[in-house]
Amino acid sequence: MVPVNYYLVLAAILFTVGIAAYLMKRNVITIFISIELMLNAVNLTFVAFAHMWNKLNGQIFVFFVMVVAAAEAAVGLAIIIALYRSRQTLNVDQVNLLKG
Amino acid sequence: MHLALFLIFGGLAVLAALNLLLQRHPINSALSLVVVMMSLAVLYWTLGAEFLAAAQIIVYSGAVMVLFVFVIMLLNAGEEERTKGSKIASIAGIPGAAAIFCLLSFVFLTEGSKLGLTHLGGTLDEATSNIQQISSLLFTQLLLPFEVTSVLILVAILGAVVLAKKER
Repeated sequence: MVPVNYYLVLAAILFTVGIAAYLMKRNVITIFISIELMLNAVNLTFVAFAHMWNKLNGQIFVFFVMVVAAAEAAVGLAIIIALYRSRQTLNVDQVNLLKG
Repeated sequence: MHLALFLIFGGLAVLAALNLLLQRHPINSALSLVVVMMSLAVLYWTLGAEFLAAAQIIVYSGAVMVLFVFVIMLLNAGEEERTKGSKIASIAGIPGAAAIFCLLSFVFLTEGSKLGLTHLGGTLDEATSNIQQISSLLFTQLLLPFEVTSVLILVAILGAVVLAKKER
């Protein structure tokens, strides 16, 4: 038997590592990967709370998060491919078209 | 039993996430994320979410991560080089991430008097009933959101095709 706290703190650790990778990485694909890590950390809290209150709504929410993440991955990777075609780089420091 | 599974796979998930953060090559980060997702699937299974454990392995580590690895290979992405921007980002990023971790852990641990009394685990052998309940909830009360996700996926497919198409 595991206290629900442990699952929540594990999710907090994973979410924080995701945020740190999001802030510190300079490669577009790695930044995208860290977004997936944050989504997974949130999914863990949903499942833990669903188990705690014996309700299935949390699990169904995780299902929808997975669907949205899959759609987001398809569109985002297409954007990355289009970006690479026009700029020939994956480094976010060199992608500054909007900078005045 | 549950505690041992939690410690083993939770520790594995944290180690793989740290490896994701420390590796410089995108392909290593992607493969560490696969390890995180597999260990999270085991944790879902110990929490009585068998359907989600299977979906996690099939959808996330099967489909989404294959797409990631495919794009990394297609673009021939190499190691990221250390630049001035990456130094500024790591100086600014570490305190921000630490602050968010402190905030989240503080909330979770101070609410522990209410939450921590609940112990999880114990439905490992009622696998089929859970899937029945999920499907009946999904196809009765939540039928409209379920159908809307199909429209979302269709739009995402069309968007991906339009974006990745070669301009002439």
